[in-house]
Amino acid sequence: MKNLIALFCGGLFGIGLFISGMTDTTKVQGWLDIFGNWDPTLAFVLFGAIIPMAITWNITKRIKKPIFTDRFPEKTEQKLNRPLIIGSMMFGMGWGLSGLCPGPAMASLSFGGWQGLMFFFTMAIGMLFTPLIAKYLK
Amino acid sequence: MHPDWVSGLSGGLLIGFAASAYLLLNGRIMGASGILGGLIDLTGYENLLERLCFLLGLVLSPILAIQIAGGHDTQLTSNVYIIIASGLLVGIGTRLANGCTSGHGVCGISRLSFRGITATIIYLLCGVVSIIFFKNLLGLI
Repeated sequence: MKNLIALFCGGLFGIGLFISGMTDTTKVQGWLDIFGNWDPTLAFVLFGAIIPMAITWNITKRIKKPIFTDRFPEKTEQKLNRPLIIGSMMFGMGWGLSGLCPGPAMASLSFGGWQGLMFFFTMAIGMLFTPLIAKYLK
Repeated sequence: MHPDWVSGLSGGLLIGFAASAYLLLNGRIMGASGILGGLIDLTGYENLLERLCFLLGLVLSPILAIQIAGGHDTQLTSNVYIIIASGLLVGIGTRLANGCTSGHGVCGISRLSFRGITATIIYLLCGVVSIIFFKNLLGLI
């Protein structure tokens, strides 16, 4: 059952990313291009996604546990650390360069051509070697 | 064609519903980089199949959407160096930071998580700087 739900949620996520325009790199880069031809679409995407999720987090406070597992994810320690800051800086630079982040990179695999496959492949290599890099940041 | 903000908002709502269902039913945070990254470095081996199913849905569903809504193009650059640099930065960056646009952005901000909000502000600012530098100043993209 959990796997079926995961398949459904992944599917819904993919359709949402596709419809919202997140898989179109020119829209993402347009959103970041505040001194050029700014495209506000992504603000609506974030707003649309955050509102139902904020309600859901409130629901999780009222019910004891998720339907199919034992507990909700606990809030991690709220301390800022070097990996969070350096990682987010790297991610932002890469996101601006290509206009792709991990979700849309996967949602567009079927129609993104060799460029999309190549991006996914290098992103996966980066993820594979991150544990080695993380050691030097501690 | 709908105006962009209508598709943005409706697509965003679908993303929010997906994240909500994943949390309420499976008790998991819907973060794309975490779900994929945990598969790649095997830190998430205890729920390997659940992760695979999620990614399968994510990769396959847009094929259906294209049948209904029509063709689509990512308009991703063909510059190999930019693709490689960006892919590595996104892969390493999101795993170091432990989250990307979906995990820190959607799930973190909606929970008023200090780490999520900080990460989102940093990657948005760096995204803007990246565009200023590589597009507006260097004209590379």
